Amino acid sequence: MMSLRIEILNEGGFRSDGRRQYELREITFDSTTQASSDGSARVTHGLTEVLVSVFGPREARVRSQTLHDRATIHVEASIAPLSTGDRRRRGRGDKRILELAAMIKATFEPVVQTSLYPRSQIDIFVQVLQQDGGVLQAAINATTIALINAGVPLTDYVCAVTGGAHAAAPMLDLTALEESDLPHMTVASMPRSGRLTLVSMETRLHIDRFEEILRLAGEAGAVIHKEMRAVVKERTKGLLEGMSIGLRVSKAAEEDAMVENE
Amino acid sequence: MIISSVDRRRPDADVRTGEDVYMEEEDDAFEMTAESAMKITSPGESITSSRAFMRGHGTYVDGDEVIASVTGVIERVNKLVTVRALRTRYNPEVGDLVIGRITEVQPRRWKVDANARQDAVLMLSSVNLPGGVQRRKLESDELQMRNFFEEGDLLVAEVQAFFADGAMSLHTRSLKYGKLRNGQLVSVPPVLIRRLKSHFCSLPSGVDLILGLNGYIWISKHVRDDEREGEEGFDAEAVYSNRNDDIDDATRNAIARVSNIIRALASRSVPITDAIVLEAYEWAIEQDADVKDLLLEDVADALIAAITTKEELTGPW
Repeated sequence: MMSLRIEILNEGGFRSDGRRQYELREITFDSTTQASSDGSARVTHGLTEVLVSVFGPREARVRSQTLHDRATIHVEASIAPLSTGDRRRRGRGDKRILELAAMIKATFEPVVQTSLYPRSQIDIFVQVLQQDGGVLQAAINATTIALINAGVPLTDYVCAVTGGAHAAAPMLDLTALEESDLPHMTVASMPRSGRLTLVSMETRLHIDRFEEILRLAGEAGAVIHKEMRAVVKERTKGLLEGMSIGLRVSKAAEEDAMVENE
Repeated sequence: MIISSVDRRRPDADVRTGEDVYMEEEDDAFEMTAESAMKITSPGESITSSRAFMRGHGTYVDGDEVIASVTGVIERVNKLVTVRALRTRYNPEVGDLVIGRITEVQPRRWKVDANARQDAVLMLSSVNLPGGVQRRKLESDELQMRNFFEEGDLLVAEVQAFFADGAMSLHTRSLKYGKLRNGQLVSVPPVLIRRLKSHFCSLPSGVDLILGLNGYIWISKHVRDDEREGEEGFDAEAVYSNRNDDIDDATRNAIARVSNIIRALASRSVPITDAIVLEAYEWAIEQDADVKDLLLEDVADALIAAITTKEELTGPW
């Protein structure tokens, strides 16, 4: 008999959206949005879409919260009501949103070299535009790119991915459908050192699965890191090309001016 | 096996070549030759050994390695290795010309937003007071600081010194500096402004340009040298005035055209110098394009192409 429930992993080893167990969804990065910010990034993992804008380091707006030896990181998250199925408006004080912001802050505090900017503040604004599972992972990956675009010094990239387990089979990069059914966790890793800056679990996960998922998430982080780095370097190359055009033109113009003066 | 697919937004981008470059960079035999001077690095990438080199800005040391902390170009001066980011906040140096906006009036000082990591400080003792350049400041001056600069006022100043926490102190003790009026502010990334012989430029169309090293650019109506306030004595009324002069339509058009040219150049990451702006301005006049059209993508591309090819035609000789 056909059950009404969608099969998470069918006998052929495919998931409900046609992926294999360890296959990640399509990732896109776009750094061209939000020209008014110091750095921004729009990242999609499949249908999940997050936009992050970074401002700073800049003068701290709340003087009482400034630290004399390092910069403070301020994260503000918002979830668009249209981003999910149940069109619920979440205010700024909503517990889910505050928790998302707190987790992003905790993830990046050990990675950003805040001691270089005493008394300053780095503002990170996270906007969730579409959710289909893995909102935290998308937000963390977008924040990494946005911080790099803003020229904020980081000790390393932070690459996040969700992992879950169906029966005994671990899976990566869960969709909303899978997230609602499976025990899962989000892991943010730093590829150079292999250290983790965040492991977040909201459901109970069997201890035997935990180690395997953690290892897989580390490997997936390395894959995401490669993609991120390629995008960042391509953008930097584009900026450099513009700079070199300008250098050539200004040099030529200077020589023209010298000839005219003679 | 973990598989991922990426849409890079640009079909011409070849993922393979990107990886090959990356493999080369991972070579531990690091030699700083002329070619590698333009090498792009990004956070967490090992640059060189910390035994042989000293770490500079944009890097940190972990064990035996010097590691990049920002994405940008590796630069080397003798034993010092730095990574210069292409998009970052303004890093002030003493003597820099900056344009700023007053954010706060405090006892005996103003706070100025100058696109740096902290607001700059403009002391009451670092501005020209009415009634002679040599005058000492009085208690009455402290009470009427808003008569000189108010919140939101724009000013051009020079970086005078730094405080212990790295905040910069400005001064406007020259007739060239002071409050800005009769114009428009354009903001570009600070790396696009290079140090020039003069940051005050006059374009032939009756437009003055002030290129602040912090990425703020002021475009205003041209003021003839003999009309400049404060040449004969010091006229506080005129220097701290909040009123614009009459600006005719032709000048307004020219100001708008220059500001759109600068926006177009900045959107393509082309450094802003007086020579480039002048060249682009001549091109815009030749094309007889509408001022607002300069902001269109294809017009901006044509502008960049025009100033590049012109340079190639005339050649460096």
